[in-house]
Amino acid sequence: MLAEVLLLARKDLQIEWRAKVALGQVAPLTLLIVVIFAFALDANAPLLELGAGGLYWVAILYGGTLLTQRSFELETEDGNIDGFRMSPMKVHSLFLGKALALFVQIGLLEIVLGPVILLFYDVQVANWALLVTAGVAGTMAFSVCGVLWGVMAAGLRVRATLLPLLLVPVLAPVLLAGSRAFETALGVRADAGWSWTSLMFVIAAVHTVVGLGTFGFLLEES
Amino acid sequence: MPGGTNSTEMTATPATRVLGISAVAATAPMILLGLAISPADVVQGEAVRMLYLHVPSIWVAYGSFVLTSFSSLLFLARSKRRPDGGRHYDRLAGSAAEIGVLFTAITLITGMLWGKVTWGTYWQWDARLTTTVLLFVTYLGYLALRRLPADPMVRGRRAAVMALISFINVPIVHYSVDWWRTLHQKASLSVGRRPEITGEMYWTLLYSVLTVTIIAAWLTVHRYRVIRLEELRDEENLEMLISSRRNEKTADGTGHGDTT
Repeated sequence: MLAEVLLLARKDLQIEWRAKVALGQVAPLTLLIVVIFAFALDANAPLLELGAGGLYWVAILYGGTLLTQRSFELETEDGNIDGFRMSPMKVHSLFLGKALALFVQIGLLEIVLGPVILLFYDVQVANWALLVTAGVAGTMAFSVCGVLWGVMAAGLRVRATLLPLLLVPVLAPVLLAGSRAFETALGVRADAGWSWTSLMFVIAAVHTVVGLGTFGFLLEES
Repeated sequence: MPGGTNSTEMTATPATRVLGISAVAATAPMILLGLAISPADVVQGEAVRMLYLHVPSIWVAYGSFVLTSFSSLLFLARSKRRPDGGRHYDRLAGSAAEIGVLFTAITLITGMLWGKVTWGTYWQWDARLTTTVLLFVTYLGYLALRRLPADPMVRGRRAAVMALISFINVPIVHYSVDWWRTLHQKASLSVGRRPEITGEMYWTLLYSVLTVTIIAAWLTVHRYRVIRLEELRDEENLEMLISSRRNEKTADGTGHGDTT
């Protein structure tokens, strides 16, 4: 099963690497959002420093939703999902493989965006271990939820508007926990950063269990 | 089943008439108890009367979402085994979710009005308020998914899975008061815990929960029937369209219908 998961993840990542959509379009767009926030908040340095963690996760939420949408458009446009249904691969492998690919893509987006936030919003990292762990936890939760809701909207005519409507409320606790944990890691808020990080791991675990249990139903007729 | 006498095709039965009359009859004492008989609160004064609509509404909303999840589970489990695809479970899930969304909206509106009186503001970014809004938006998304133009079975199965996942949010909302520090008062009624209120207020609240539950049940039954009638209308329209295409083909006499 692990081989199948890695194979499917590699397939998605290879497609992305060749198309360069994540790197060429989504990453610049999220950078633009970071700049736009500064315009919206009138370049108020103390406010930007205070809200850096939250603004970072809002930008990731937007970019990650686009990546999730693209991940399933690739499968539905050419009827790839029919191929999966007929292949001997396990449904669980597809779920975990797509989640792994999305984890890598969103993770890379975070790595690109991180230094920009540090430079533009003039914030310092106070706790690197918390920052990295919270980033991993948030990305895991995002990628698992993304795959689960992505397949839900796949193949439907209004998926472009439906996916954000379905995904964003589910990701709101991740956004909240990620923001609080990052604010603690950046030293702008004395808060229970590790507890918020644990919450993101719990969200990721719950959605993984639910995803493994229901992905077959969703894939059957997407 | 066009032309049948299935109860789902009727807009009223003796049982639902009794349910409807019970709902109306129970509402009058609820208003009397809530607005006149039960005492004002020592701290909150007359504003506490909002409790008798606010708390029953969220309980009924939770109950509706439980029903949605349970029906969705049955739909997923039985949709392939039954000749009709277990569509009645799907209909029940959809109608309960609509009523749940309605009562969540009532909870939010009454909560905001109550908040203005007691906290001095309509809205606070308090944990329970925020998670209730998220619950509301999540189920709006569920209803949006149910309205999409797609094969009813495909749509039903996706909606069923979504309902099960969305249901994870329900306990998070209810127990968020205990999980996070919050401005919102502790739950007035809670399973396995001593209630925060007593005496006439407690009994008025319990009576209000019962009344609002009857109203919600009546609304759910009627919503279920309207969904079934909509399906029948669509099926009849489809049959009419097929029949008119067949007639066109016969009138043409060539064996080929007009493809425009």
